[in-house]
Amino acid sequence: MTADAVVIRTVGLSKVYPGHVAVRSLDLEVRRGEVFGLLGPNGAGKTTTILMLLGLTEPTGGTAEVLGLDPARNPLKVKRHVGYLPDNVGFYGSLSARENLRYTARLNGIPEKVADARIADLLRTVGLADAGERPVEAYSRGMRQRLGLADALVKSPSVIILDEPTTSIDPVGVVEVLDLVRSLAHDQGVSVLLSSHLLHQVQQVCDRIAIFVSGDVVAMGTVAELAARQQRGANVVVEIGLEGDPSVAVPIVAAVPGVASVDRDPQDHRLLVVTLAPEARATALSALLGAGIVPWLVRDRGMELDEIYQRYFAASAAASGTEEAA
Amino acid sequence: MSAQTPAAGLPETGRIPAGWRVVAGKELTDHVVSIRFLLLLIMLGALGVGAIYTVSGSIRDAAAQVSGARGIFLYLFTLNPPTSLSQSLPPFVQLVGFVGPLMGIAFGFSSINAERADGTLPRLLSQPIHRDDVINGKFVAGLAVIALILGVVILFISAIGIIRLGLVPAPDDILRLFAWYVLTVVYVGFWLALATLASVVFRNSGTAFFAVLAVWLILTFFGGTVIDAIGGFLAPAGQGASVAEQIRRAEVVQTLHRATPNRLFAEIGQVLLDPRVQTVDIQGILQLRSTNRSLATVLPIGQSLLIIWPQVVGLIALTSLCFAAAYVTFMRQEVRA
Repeated sequence: MTADAVVIRTVGLSKVYPGHVAVRSLDLEVRRGEVFGLLGPNGAGKTTTILMLLGLTEPTGGTAEVLGLDPARNPLKVKRHVGYLPDNVGFYGSLSARENLRYTARLNGIPEKVADARIADLLRTVGLADAGERPVEAYSRGMRQRLGLADALVKSPSVIILDEPTTSIDPVGVVEVLDLVRSLAHDQGVSVLLSSHLLHQVQQVCDRIAIFVSGDVVAMGTVAELAARQQRGANVVVEIGLEGDPSVAVPIVAAVPGVASVDRDPQDHRLLVVTLAPEARATALSALLGAGIVPWLVRDRGMELDEIYQRYFAASAAASGTEEAA
Repeated sequence: MSAQTPAAGLPETGRIPAGWRVVAGKELTDHVVSIRFLLLLIMLGALGVGAIYTVSGSIRDAAAQVSGARGIFLYLFTLNPPTSLSQSLPPFVQLVGFVGPLMGIAFGFSSINAERADGTLPRLLSQPIHRDDVINGKFVAGLAVIALILGVVILFISAIGIIRLGLVPAPDDILRLFAWYVLTVVYVGFWLALATLASVVFRNSGTAFFAVLAVWLILTFFGGTVIDAIGGFLAPAGQGASVAEQIRRAEVVQTLHRATPNRLFAEIGQVLLDPRVQTVDIQGILQLRSTNRSLATVLPIGQSLLIIWPQVVGLIALTSLCFAAAYVTFMRQEVRA
């Protein structure tokens, strides 16, 4: 398999339930060693897509191909090579973490000795080495989530699919989990498909993302590409954060040549939103500094996934109008 | 299909095992270490032992009268307690007919819905197993644990009979007991299948439990009344009815009763565990009476099986039907709740 081989490919994949389209004609390609993010609010069709890729739900149209296999026709082989962390993963409460993972290993036909060594390794990797013998019913949700990640890795998969992998993990844990995901992809060549509604995290770890809104992919590409596609005209939007009352600064910035508009941010009143030509940025800032006003924040808007996502979501919701209330 | 990337690039994994076996193995382990296993074993064991203690005197008497006759050993399981005892347990055969369903319910009512409630079902199904491996494995494990409990209790009762009462089973007795044991597992298997069906249909295991319990209560306690009423409607035999009409009515009622696993199992027990029983049909019994043939004739097991064969097939069919319903319902459900 070459480095940029496609491991997941869907062509026109769709799933229609009576009276409701879960996924509409999805075209997707995930390459080897890539972290691909499915992004979207709950009910957007992320989990349905994942279930179709695992052969757990039959598509109503189009085709899916995972590792060169059709999951609808050859589910066992696909599932042998694809690790899956479901949303709200659960374990057998009366069994210990190690016993739960052993069961997974047995279902995958992994010899006991190999499995035991691998399980010990994985429990250490996800930070549960000391809790491995405890029954899972005593685990916190965050611990279960980590155990779920270990569980997905027991079969030494070529592809892992993670459905909301970071929900209910504490912030420190999230960084660890995302580091692990990144190193699996970039160091071990595992392809990762992860779904999330937590934008910062997707942004940190994903090479490419697809934004899902009610069954449709409204945008796909790298974070930078999506941001670039959203730039309108020659002007950039800069966000300037100021101490005290920002209204004092409005006339100062507005007076700078090249500045098209200056507004207070409607949500965060400490911010000024300035639309200007890129070369006017330095002049505007020195004008502020000259007036003795030191901003605590200056940044270009539109580079953050939140904003990209918000705009795509807003655009798509507006386009579908009253049809989709959710 | 378009040109697929050959799967040759995938790492070697070795043979994927038969999923239902792995599932069954895990479930069986869970059952055996569970508290319900221990409780049911103790309950059925205590009932069985209690039942034979109440009849041990009668068995001694009977053994003294018909010494050497075949079937004495089976009295351990079938003999009614002496009427002088006002408070006593029914014979073991009846106890099993009564308590056996509870065993099936206990090991089935939470088999699928608990996996859903705990969120383990998507994880389990994402392993390289077929979907039916889950329900098949669980059903097999349930049958196995039921067979284990029944086997232990039957052997225990037999041991008491051999050691304390000095009853030695003849080969024919052992065969009869074994055949009855297998069919008891099938009978309890019906309740296991019904409970499994409930666990597929009802997302809440409490609801599933009470649903099956309701079916059991109705069949066990109120079924007779209801069936008698239906029988009376189908074949009326009021006051002043002729004997022929009354017999016809009794036959209709019996046929209706035979749609229930309880009755099928009871008749199987009557015939298999007593070599002297030659028929369970009303016409047959009447005929035996009228021709005044001796009830002391002892049948070989092959003959007894032949008599009861329709009931055996009926019981197996009911159990299979019930499991098939659970299977199909489960296969059609979405993975996500």
